[in-house]
Amino acid sequence: MTLVSIIFAGILTYFTRMTMVALISRDMLGDKVKAVLEYVPSAVFPAIIFPGIFINDFGAFIEMNDPKIFGALVAVIVGYFSKNIIATILAGLVSYWFLIFVIFS
Amino acid sequence: MLSKKQLFTKGMLDISPHMLSVIPFGIICGAIGVELGFNPYLVYAMSFIIFGGASQIVFLQLLSGGASSLVAVTSVGIINSRHLLYGAVLSEYLEKLSFIKKLLISYVIVDQGFAESNKFFKKNRSEEYLHYHLIGTGCTMWVCWQIATLSGIILGSFVPEELGLKFAIPLTFIAIVVQDLKKIDHVIVMITCGLSSLLFFDAPFKSYIIISPVIALFVASLLLRLKK
Repeated sequence: MTLVSIIFAGILTYFTRMTMVALISRDMLGDKVKAVLEYVPSAVFPAIIFPGIFINDFGAFIEMNDPKIFGALVAVIVGYFSKNIIATILAGLVSYWFLIFVIFS
Repeated sequence: MLSKKQLFTKGMLDISPHMLSVIPFGIICGAIGVELGFNPYLVYAMSFIIFGGASQIVFLQLLSGGASSLVAVTSVGIINSRHLLYGAVLSEYLEKLSFIKKLLISYVIVDQGFAESNKFFKKNRSEEYLHYHLIGTGCTMWVCWQIATLSGIILGSFVPEELGLKFAIPLTFIAIVVQDLKKIDHVIVMITCGLSSLLFFDAPFKSYIIISPVIALFVASLLLRLKK
């Protein structure tokens, strides 16, 4: 790993952040495009959530009785009703820990 | 009208709960770099120059696995290409800013900051200094990320691996989208994206992270057409 490759990766990353903000003006995006862009959070974040739950560190699918599935379900339920970020994360983690340290240990 | 300072503080407060997952992840990220045998200064340089959590880990893992720099750099670019979508959404709110300010603010656009600032922007369109909210979320993330990765580099992985704290990352994003489960169209878009990400997980250069949002947005456009 060289500093040069990090700098290239950094420049590339910066361009992904800057391009649409600095080079696109509102008039360039039509109403239809803007309506679709409303869905960006729902269209992007599950691509981080699903692999984070269903695929393990070795790139393989987890078993259907994996504690992560249970933890994620608890997080969804607690998050839905509490509308609280910390409660959502903690509920998911604690129920996951409960399974791996108490039930399956 | 809120002042610049109030908006900045609001941004800080809105993103701070996410630090519960970001900080352990940053520590793990820094520690992995050193464990894989890389120069600690270079591992830290990534946090400053790339400033993108998951992409930094992938970069390290690819290089340590013997991949070429070209493959590693390309993968970072593809993983981070999702920022193009964030930028497209945010551009509407940042339009009034000067070109220089746009260039500066772009550096601190991150997943959680985009999510929280976008929620705030939608409800407070009329605020004059809206962008200070985004600066608040972005700077909070930046400072925490630098401190977290640095401590991982210096202290090693003092977060016990058995705790499986990487799992906090999907949880933090569940917290972001969970309220949209009330809307059936959003649920369809989310499931499309999630299933696509599993289906294309093995696609080259980690491209599932941008392929699945593109598919999901295509489905969203179909849904919009049906609604009419």
